[in-house]
Amino acid sequence: MLPKDAGDGESLEVAMGPHHPSTHGVFRMDVVLDGERVVKLKPVFGYLHRNHEKIAEGTTYLAAMPYTDRLDYFCSLTNNWAYALAVEKLAGLQVPERAEYIRVITAELTRLQNHACLIGFLAQDMGASGTPLMYAFREREKILDLFEALSGARMMCNYMRFGGCRCDLPDGWLTQAQTVVAEFPRFIDEFENFLTGNEILMSRTQGIGRMSRELAINAGITGPLLRAAGVDYDLRKVDKYGIYDRFQFRVPLGDHGDTFDRYMIRILEMRESVKILEQALPKIPAGPIVDPKTKLRGFRPKAGEAYGRIEAPKGELGFYLISDGGPNPYRYRVRPPSLINLTVLEDICLGQMIADVVVILGSVDIVLGEVDR
Amino acid sequence: METLEQIKSRITHALPGARIEIIPNDSPAGQRSLLVDADHGAAIAQFLRDDPELRLDYCSNATGVDWPEAVVKTKIKKQVIVEGVEKEIEETLETLRSGCLETVYHLYSMAKKHGPVILRLRTENRSDKNHLPSLTPVWRSCEFQEREIFDLYGIVFDGHPDLRRILMWEGFVDHPMRKDYVGPDDYDYEPTPHDDVLEKTKQHQAAEVKA
Repeated sequence: MLPKDAGDGESLEVAMGPHHPSTHGVFRMDVVLDGERVVKLKPVFGYLHRNHEKIAEGTTYLAAMPYTDRLDYFCSLTNNWAYALAVEKLAGLQVPERAEYIRVITAELTRLQNHACLIGFLAQDMGASGTPLMYAFREREKILDLFEALSGARMMCNYMRFGGCRCDLPDGWLTQAQTVVAEFPRFIDEFENFLTGNEILMSRTQGIGRMSRELAINAGITGPLLRAAGVDYDLRKVDKYGIYDRFQFRVPLGDHGDTFDRYMIRILEMRESVKILEQALPKIPAGPIVDPKTKLRGFRPKAGEAYGRIEAPKGELGFYLISDGGPNPYRYRVRPPSLINLTVLEDICLGQMIADVVVILGSVDIVLGEVDR
Repeated sequence: METLEQIKSRITHALPGARIEIIPNDSPAGQRSLLVDADHGAAIAQFLRDDPELRLDYCSNATGVDWPEAVVKTKIKKQVIVEGVEKEIEETLETLRSGCLETVYHLYSMAKKHGPVILRLRTENRSDKNHLPSLTPVWRSCEFQEREIFDLYGIVFDGHPDLRRILMWEGFVDHPMRKDYVGPDDYDYEPTPHDDVLEKTKQHQAAEVKA
């Protein structure tokens, strides 16, 4: 993998991973260095590949739902929603109002804990061993407690169903959620006090790993990365899936596209998510949580195809389904944001120091369960 | 956004000779797609991206679909006069569908915030004529996704800058997402091989000894 003209004895090839604390899982970067500068970088993955798509094509539509939890295991509820949305498009199902509210609430809570942990991991990658991450995990625990009360599982929630949700909110859940949401801004302030103005964080992230607007669009980068590069594209605003058109919130944008902007976008998105939650929690109506006409057993959508996508915390998560009228999908495809966001990893790392590669990868936010599927 | 019919007529106007077919979609989603011929695939993609009306600058999803040779049954309703009374009967037509591999691209516009326009390309068959043009030079986002299609479906993309396996390892022979893929049966390396796994392994080893 060394370049052909590397005969000067100065280039060094380093395999970062598959077992390396900075790679957030089993992921390898083959890096060629000139001194400490990166001259070439090839991501290598597949260590966690289990052919999720093939397995889902062999089972019923419903049986693939718990398996979607395992894609991006930090955000199982948004994975559930994306899959449910695609199937609802395929079969033409309507979702009752209460279920739509529950979906928005759980998805925004998922976004809060994902972004909080990501910033914790990012600080860890920069050498702030443990402490910021533990602050983030403390908040995440509160949200996971809510998920556990709701679905019985902390991470593998398996909560949404086609045309609604699996079970109704338990007693007192809404008050508990309101307390968590009300306390959350204090945590963001605390986090920002420690990190945003921090000299080390600024010097390690500002101007590091720049991504241009044009490259980001052409390479299909989505989510916070795209918005950090200054492109106004948030599916909650563009597609208005679910009931997102009823809430007031803004889409934060960066203008340098560097690692610091990616950090800052996550902080600002958490604040916007809190705003959405504050609007959604008091307004949730009573009513059914699943369309009574939906068939869970013997579910066979008409032949056809559908592509459904949502704004997951890591970017655009899409599901593409082809039905041939049978009980299992003929084609089941996951559009993984983590994998596609890695397309430009080499471009944004070239010319940077090897120590910065760790920080840049941390700011991309990948989960290998989704990259490898 | 323009309808698919308008897009189709504008493409054929700009690129004479391009063969385009609109594929219907019976599901409530109603997302119809454009089937374009492989020779003009890259030029059509370029047109869709650069056209000022469409500006489909973002290729969201690229994926493969395997269509093995199959007998397709279509039901049609027919009016027949039986003993002087007009009756409607259903007749089943059986047609042989030739096998092919297909790529599907979901295109959106970030500039104009519309979409999707769905593009499909088909290979001639599933064995030797499995080449399609790569759209990576048009949309960088196809780079890893086309590598994945190459890996799991065995479609060879001409013009791809770095066509290697991505999820399976180098040296792996078959394409696991194809419908006729047969998985390996030598599972004795499993940490806890049990009844039917051991049975399969025994048969596998017996076959090897005979060979």
